This record gives sequence, structure tokens and C-alpha cells, in this order.
Amino acid sequence: MNRMQINFTLNGKDIHLEIEPGETLLEIIRKRLGEIGTKKGCGVGECGACTVLVEGRPVDSCIYLGIWVNGNDVRTVEGLAAKDGNLSEMQEAYIEDGAVQCGFCTPGFLMSATAMKENGRKYTREEVKRALSGNFCRCTGYKKIIEATEKGLKS
Amino acid sequence: MEEKSNKVVGTSPRRKDAKAKVMGKAKYTADIYESGMLVGKILRSEKAYAYIRNIDTSKAEALPGVEAIISYKDVPKIPYALQAHQFSLDHAGQEDHLIFTDKARFVGDEIGAVIAIDDLTAKKALSLIEVEYEELEPSLTIEAALASKGPWIHEGREHNILSDLWGYEDGDVDKAFTESAHVFEGTYDTGYQQHCHLENHVSYAYMDSEDRIVIVSSTQVPHVARRIVGQALGIPWGRIRVIKPYVGGGFGNKADVRLEPIVAAMTMAVGGRPVILDFSREECMIGTANRHAMRIKIKSGVSEDGKLKVLQGEVLSNAGGYASHGHSPTLVAAGKFVNMYETEAVKVENRTIYTNLPIAGAMRGYGTPQGVYALESHVEDIVTALGLDPITFRKDNFIKENFVNPANGMITHSNGVRECMDRGRELIDWDRKKELYKNQAGPKRRGLGMACFSYETGIYPIAKELGGARIVMNQDGSVQLMCGATEIGQGADTVLAQIAAEVLGIPFDMVHMISTQDTDITPFDFGAYASRQTYVTGLAVKRAANEVKEKILRFAADEIVDLPVYMLDLQDANIVNKHNGQVMAPLDKVALASFYQVDRAEPTTSDVINNAPVNAYSYGATFTEVEVNMRTGKIEILEIFNVHDSGKIINRQLAEGQVEGGMAQAIGQALSEELLMHPTTGKTLNNNLLDYKLPTIMDVPDLGVDFIETYEPTGPMGNKGLGEPPTMSPAPAIRNAVLDATGVAFNRIPMNPQRVFERLKQEGLL
Repeated sequence: MNRMQINFTLNGKDIHLEIEPGETLLEIIRKRLGEIGTKKGCGVGECGACTVLVEGRPVDSCIYLGIWVNGNDVRTVEGLAAKDGNLSEMQEAYIEDGAVQCGFCTPGFLMSATAMKENGRKYTREEVKRALSGNFCRCTGYKKIIEATEKGLKS
Repeated sequence: MEEKSNKVVGTSPRRKDAKAKVMGKAKYTADIYESGMLVGKILRSEKAYAYIRNIDTSKAEALPGVEAIISYKDVPKIPYALQAHQFSLDHAGQEDHLIFTDKARFVGDEIGAVIAIDDLTAKKALSLIEVEYEELEPSLTIEAALASKGPWIHEGREHNILSDLWGYEDGDVDKAFTESAHVFEGTYDTGYQQHCHLENHVSYAYMDSEDRIVIVSSTQVPHVARRIVGQALGIPWGRIRVIKPYVGGGFGNKADVRLEPIVAAMTMAVGGRPVILDFSREECMIGTANRHAMRIKIKSGVSEDGKLKVLQGEVLSNAGGYASHGHSPTLVAAGKFVNMYETEAVKVENRTIYTNLPIAGAMRGYGTPQGVYALESHVEDIVTALGLDPITFRKDNFIKENFVNPANGMITHSNGVRECMDRGRELIDWDRKKELYKNQAGPKRRGLGMACFSYETGIYPIAKELGGARIVMNQDGSVQLMCGATEIGQGADTVLAQIAAEVLGIPFDMVHMISTQDTDITPFDFGAYASRQTYVTGLAVKRAANEVKEKILRFAADEIVDLPVYMLDLQDANIVNKHNGQVMAPLDKVALASFYQVDRAEPTTSDVINNAPVNAYSYGATFTEVEVNMRTGKIEILEIFNVHDSGKIINRQLAEGQVEGGMAQAIGQALSEELLMHPTTGKTLNNNLLDYKLPTIMDVPDLGVDFIETYEPTGPMGNKGLGEPPTMSPAPAIRNAVLDATGVAFNRIPMNPQRVFERLKQEGLL
């Protein structure tokens, strides 16, 4: 198949790549660009570990084709902290509230939660849960993730 | 008994790895890349039970990009055990597994592998391999396996019985039944549960310039993995090096050594070039381990005045196609008959059966969730039939402090189970709600339930318990702490660093934790299993820290300060006069001198591998309130509390995290999770996260957690095991609450809506 040119920004940096049409955004981020913060837990859009933001919207990068991000702004967990290394409020809340255990689902949750924070809406607890329902966690029972997300949304 | 007040132990500092994990900087196995890495894929059996008569790889070999194809023909015929049991413990003869087999024992069994330049090529090559099977009649249930006329799934294991050893009898059972006013019988079934750690199993391997095999792996047990790889390949163990980076959850599944021997064989097949074996979710769910499905039969006798006089049990456990941990979880389930309720007589028989189904192994709780589900359901059946109060009955009959487990001689030194029950009763408002929910008849009915458990910390005296810790003091007085214990998400690094800081008398931030285990470097330790690390490895850390403290104080007394060593102490990173707290010298000055003093340079280190011939029983209880929809069969948990006696809590926030996560797993086990296999082919039907009903954030209720902090004298800080206990009592508590709400006793979990609906219909309650 014909290789294709794509241009997009990853965490503010311009990326120009020639890719196979079948390459997923996850493969591009992890394998071609070496940004390993985004995780693969299932590869078929079930677990949410690979969640990244495309134009501010959370997507499962394992089932999102690379060619679809042409011209878009893409953000991953590596792009959450400020340039000086200061953590975002959501990252701080996840640490403070004990929302992190094995950490494998954490980048995906943080991206979903960051999308919520950035759209400026108010969320009830039920809405917080609904918005995070595409992300699995097996360690925490979700309680501290919910609390941390609410704290991150408020701060 | 309380020790002096703590400064670091008992607080909740930020976990050591949290920042790396929220920044995406924590490297897991698949995040590390070796140049020229090849991709390995396993050829799995499509049949549940078959001899492999031939394997034709010619088409696959012709595919460009295929580097090697290996099968049962190419690997040593040395049977090995998959599990993390210590070497001396392999008494059950559980060495029943080869790297690749020519006799497939379940759908998914490993018969060969492809090594190719990339994922796609490897997958394509697999599809080109032609396997000729000679099919055998598979045994897909315990009953079928026992009734089978052979050939036995494993040669020499007649009637497919893996083991029926170590039954237990104490007291006069017949006499106790004769004297009992009431006799009860029940049978309790649990299903196959999968760990579903978010990071699938993954390992890669290469050979270094000295032809040693280096394996980087998502494992809970790196030192055990080295031994098993050596055994499986028949090469000296010192030629193997296992490195464990960050691990994305294990829950016991990564205490089996599944991928490491295979990936080692793979790199050997391609001249030592690096090969990665990275399981897909679907593969992980059939090709690793599961929680044993068990059938537990109980007969009990109760006296007129409500004394549980006698317990008799039979534990039947489904091991699947290979032993893995085999008979041990069966024995742990059976152990509940002797270390929960004090009876006059007890008898329990255990059988672990091979079937042609995916392998069962270690999963958080290791037989205890099954045993506790059966026993605590049975106890509820007793109190329901006799009209007794479930809490009072349990408090009256549960073992007390100083109880000696008759099966192994271990003593309960601390037991807060009754306080756990009192606290749970209060938290859920038991007495008021019990009154309120009497005589319900509507389409939605509420009920309350509770259950208790006991659990050993570590595996002594069944086997040795070693914990390893090394401490090196830096020039600034901070230390590096290196442990054999593995951080797999539970927070081991953080609590072990807290223990070191506490004993040393330095702030938590001055303990630099080395999270990676490397068998070439890391002190020997058996790793993460049996809720042992804070207890067993904690004892090693305490000893190592005490040694470092003693050495630096001696150096200070000899070289820096004007006081004898017995008058010195370390507090807040200062050498102080222990009697009045006066600061004699800052630690950094003393540490610096210990490196560079011309006459006497003596950097301070300690290296401890501690033998811990101790065990401590953890206790606790779950209290829950449910609402059953009588029309749909859906059970909703309205409230649930776990109250634990795990001794002194080192870090409350991490401890709560353990309890909440364990409760969610147990709720899944009780209500929705079950790996399903086709009744005639044995093929797994729901090995993915869509069809296997793993609880989502919408399914888990608000989780209530509390602790009764007893002081455990054998623990390093008064602590005992906590990692697994949260999974033990929720399922029977939920079952008992459903009984309270509906009058129907569900003796099989999961109680999913279909099962509940059908049963309610059968009972005429719909």
C-alpha cells in the first residue's frame, strides 16, 4: 500500500512522518516517536490505557489511525507537566489522593480527566464516573481515582 | 504493646514511584527497547486434548522476515514447575510442564513459536504452520476428569488427580457429630476468575557477550524466574540474569514463570539476538493463569447452645491442564477449616484435579477467597436455620489470641476480628437496618450480610521465608535502599523506604529506593506473593537499617563527637545525645567524614538476607447492604465496608488503596466475573475485556475501609499481611446479604443477573 505523509503536533512539537495507512496512532507515538508514557492494555479499544487527546478530545489511540491526526494537535501524558517540570493540577491530585498504584492505567485516566478539566464544565460525581468509564483500572477499585479527579477538576 | 511513637511509619508520604507514573516516565518491560529486537509469537493448540503428530513449518519458513521457528522438537525435555514455590517445596511433584509440548492439554497450550522481524510477519507465519492433531476425549469438568478412562492428562496421575495429599483430621469427628444438636450440609461453587492486570504479560531476552541469557520481564518473582529458566533449559542458573522493571499489576499471575523460559529459548534460537514476547489481552487471558474454580462441601455440627462443635469438609479444585501452583491453593482453602472457628473436631480432605482447561494458578488470596466463601456461606446457613444472630455466633466461635493452629503449630499473637465486627456493624448501621428490612415483599428487596476471614502472612512453616535488603549510605547521609521485594503497584517500595527511614532516624526523602530488581545485583528474595513483603522483607530492611545506624553511630563516637556510642542516637538526620536530644553533629558531616577521613575511611553499608521463621495471621470482616431487583436478577451493592486487622498500618493511604482494589476484585468475583469455556471443545469464550465482565468505574460502589490496628509482635513494625486479605470476605458477605434480602441461598458465584433471575424464577419469586 502507498505510504502517506502526515503532519501533526505532539505535545506542541511539529511532527512530519511518512506512515503506512494501517499504522495506529499508538504505534506512531510509541514506536516511531519513542514516547512510551502511553500504554497498550488490549489493542482493541476496551481498556483505555492508550487514551490520548486529539484536538482536546480523548480517543483510544490503539484503534485510531495515524492518518486521521493529519493537521491535528495530539497530546499525551508526557505533555501534561509544564515546560519547567511543574506537574499539572490533575497530576498533583492523582499523587496526593493515592490514585496511582501500578500506574499502567494512569496515563489514560489522566488524559480523560484532563479533557474534562479543560472543557470547563461542572461535573457531578455520576458524570465524573460516566466520563471515566472508558478506562479500566484493576488496582484501585476506582475510589481514589474518582476523588482525585474531582479534586483536580476543582483546583 | 506499643513501640515508641513513630515519625515516618504511620504517615502517608507520597509514593516513591508516583511522580514517574503520572509523568509517563516509569518504564515497564515493553517500554524498553533493544536495537534489532525481533518479535516472538507462540503457536497454540486449537484442541483441548490431543497428541501433536506432525508440525509442518515449510510454508512459514519460506515467508520473508521469519528468522526461526521452534517447536517441541527443539527444546529440552526437562519438565519444570511453573510456580514460584521455593525449590525445596516442590514436594507435590508439580514439575509437569515443558517449554513446548507434543501433547496439548488445553486450547491455547504452547506447542511452538515463530520469531520474525515484526509482529505482522510473525502472525502471518503462525497462520502458515500446519499442525496435525490426534484428538483425545477432553475432560472439561472435574467430574469428567475423575470419570475418565485415560489416557491421563499427565502420565502417572491416575484419574487425573494431581494430588489428594495433606488431608487433615483432629479430634473425634464422629463423636462430635453424635453429640451435635443440629447438623448442616452444603456445597459451594466458585468460578474461574482472571487477574486482568492492565499490563499483559511481556518479556524480552537476549544473550550478552559472555553468552549469558538476560531476560527483562514483567514478573513478581525475578529470583525464582532465574531458577526456573535454568531448570527448564538445563543450564547453570548463574548464566541467567533476570531484570524486573516497573510492573503493571500482577495479583499472583506474574508469580508463575510462564514467558521467561520460552523467551530464553527464543533468543537462543536466533543466536542471542533480542526477542520480545508481548502477549495480547486475548492471549494473556487463556495463556497465563486463573483463580481455581473450586467445589467445597461442608458438613457441620452445632450444639444446642450455639457452639460450632465440628467441621468436616471436602475441597475439590480444578487445576486446568498443568499444575502451576497446583495443590497449594487447595490446601490454603482447606486451611480455613482450622484457623477460623475453634471446634472440638475437624476433618478436611483435599483433591486437586487436572482438566483440559486453561491453567489455574496463584491469584490474590490463593484459595482463601474460595474457602472463605464456602465457610462463611455455610455459617450463615447455620445461623439462618437456627434463628441465631450472625455476628454473635461468629464472635462466640471465632478463634482467639494465643490460638495454636493445630495443622502447623503457628500461633495467633494478635487478633482484632471481634473489633472488626463491632466496627463494621456500626459503620453500616446494622441493627437499625436489620429491623427495617424485615418482611419485605416488593420488587426490590434489601438485605444485610457480613463475613469474616483469617489469612497467613507469607508461607512459613510450609517453606522458608527469606527477605533481602541492602543499604548504602551516601556522602550526604541519605541512603540507597535496594530490596529483593518487588514493587508491582501495591506500594512495597514506599512502605519499605518508610521502615528504613523510621529505623535510621532520617526523613523519608533521604531514602532513595532502587525499584528495579536485577538478579545479578539485587539481594536474594522470593518476591511478591502471600502478602509477605512488608512483613518478611520489612524484617530484612529493619535489620539492615539497624546495622547502618549502629555503624555510623560508632564512627561518629570514634571520630567526630565526644560521647560514647551507647549515648548516641540518630534523629531527624542528626547524631544526638539519646538522653536529652541534644544535637551532637549533623549526619551529613559524619557521613562525609566516613568516606574521606584520611586515617579512617569507612563508608557505611549493610547487606542482609534475613531468614524469617515466623508467620502472622491477619483478620478482618466485610459488611454490606444490597438491593436485589426481583424482576431482573440484578444485585446492587448499596454500601460495603471492609474492616481489617493487619496489625500496625505503615501507610494508611496505601493500605486503603490495597483494600479498595481488593474489594473491587472480590465484588467482580461475586457478581460478574467468570471465564467461560465451551462445554464440548473447551475453547475459552470470553477471553477479552468486553465479554469478561470486569467491573468498570460505573459498577463499583462506594467502598468503605477501616482498620483495627493491633500490634503484631513478630512483624518489623507491628504489621502483618494486607495485600490479599481485602479479596477474602466480600463475596460471602454479598451472598449472605442476598440471602437476607430474598431468602434464597446462592451457593455458586458469580451471582450474575442471569443466574439470579433463573434461580428466582425457579423459587417462584418472580
